[in-house]
This record gives sequence, structure tokens and C-alpha cells, in this order.
Amino acid sequence: MAASTIAPDYYLLLSLALFTIGVIGVLTRRNVIVVLMSIELILNAVNINLVAFSRYWGSVDGQVFAIFVITDAAAEAAVGLGIILAFFRNRETVLADEMDMLKW
Amino acid sequence: MSLDKILFCFFAALAVGSAVLMVTRRNIVHSAVFLITTLLATAGIFLQLGAEFLFVVQVILYVGGIMVLFVFVIMLVNLDVSLRIPQFNRQRWIAGVLALVLGAQVFLALWTGRGLLSLPPKRLAELSPRNTEAVGQALFSTYVLPLEIASVLLLVAMIGAVVMAKRRV
Repeated sequence: MAASTIAPDYYLLLSLALFTIGVIGVLTRRNVIVVLMSIELILNAVNINLVAFSRYWGSVDGQVFAIFVITDAAAEAAVGLGIILAFFRNRETVLADEMDMLKW
Repeated sequence: MSLDKILFCFFAALAVGSAVLMVTRRNIVHSAVFLITTLLATAGIFLQLGAEFLFVVQVILYVGGIMVLFVFVIMLVNLDVSLRIPQFNRQRWIAGVLALVLGAQVFLALWTGRGLLSLPPKRLAELSPRNTEAVGQALFSTYVLPLEIASVLLLVAMIGAVVMAKRRV
């Protein structure tokens, strides 16, 4: 494994770019499935941070945390998609701004 | 320019470009495919950072597991009408501007502290060449309690997904 010559700043900037795109996706898209996919993108951006710092401290703790984040992402995707399926069966829509039963 | 930098630039450009396409595409199947590209590019970044185990986990679990689940659900709920309606909600401009302001703030913080970020004592410290073994050691010694809690979380999520997706509970 060759020593990486890239400063951690660049990984943080990449992670920041992905995070911002994910936030824009969560806040502006109407389709709930795309919102869920944007959340996956945000979690992924966090993982880049964790692995980059794990690399620069020379310990695997950050990678272990990234594994836990991936576990959470899997659990969240499974339950979230189950909720979307149940909602689609009841209301025939997957649009976030039509999910307004609690509004008045 | 070293090979390392070329690889990093390639994977970073691929990840950011397909993330932008993922958010802006009208067809959600295309969005899912672009998200897969982003996740694979991130896996390349992991490999470049020396996290081989996480690279394999990312490819098998994210791309092979979670994204297949997404594509299944897209096929189940895909409506032809949803292709013809506006894809962005009413608060899109203010929400987009606020998200960009958030990004600009963090960017400013990173930019002002860019010299301080080089961790002095163990800069460019080498990880163990046997990455999978090191991760396994950490998972089953230091992090054994979080690991057990994560397994309970997965069990709860499995039961929750089955209950949610069932027709009649």
C-alpha cells in the first residue's frame, strides 16, 4: 500500500460536496424514494470523513464506525422502503408534499 | 502529478458528477443508477485510502444489497404520472439556497483552517497492511458491545420491514 500524498482537506471537501448535494436532494425533491436515496448519499459522505481520518490517524477505529454507519443505512433503507410500500398501498402516491394527513 | 492524485481526482469527479445527476434526473430509475455510480466511486476512494474491507463491504452491501432493494421498490411503486409532474417542490428555491449557504459555511471553515488540519504527530501514519484482520480485531475486542447492539438493530429493522410491507398484519 503506497503512502497517500493527498492532504485530508481534499477528502473533507469531497465529503462536503456530496453532503451538500444530498441536503439539496432531501429538501427539494418531491419523490420520497429520491429523498431516501439522498439520505443514503449523506451517510456516504460521512463515511468518507470517517475513513479519511482513520487513514490519517493510522488506526482502524474510523473504519469500524463507518461499518456501523453502513449498518444503520441498511436498517434505515429496509424500514423506510417498507413504509413507502405501505403508504403507496393506502394513498396511491409517493410524493412527499401529498403526505399531509397530519396538517390542517 | 502522482498516480494517487489522478485516482483521487477521477473518483471524486465521478462521485460528485453522478450525485448531481442523481438529484436532478426526472426518472427515478436513472437516479438509482447514478446513485450506484456514486457509491462505486466512493468505494474507489475507500480503496485508495487503504480501507480494503470497507471497499468490499461498500460494493457488496450498498451496491449489491441496498440499491437492489431500492430498485425493487421503484419497480413496485413506479407511476407513469410521476414522470410528467414537477419533480421539485414549492420551497425548492429557498431550500436550495439554504443548503448552499450551509455548504458555503462549512467550506469557509475548512478553507480558513486548511493548514491546521495536517495532524502533526502521526501525519500520513501507515495502517496495518492486513486491513481486514485489523478491522476484525477492533470489531470483536474494543467494539464488541456496539457490534451486538447493531445486530439487535438489524433484527428490529428486519421485523419492522416485514411488518410494514405485509398486506394484512
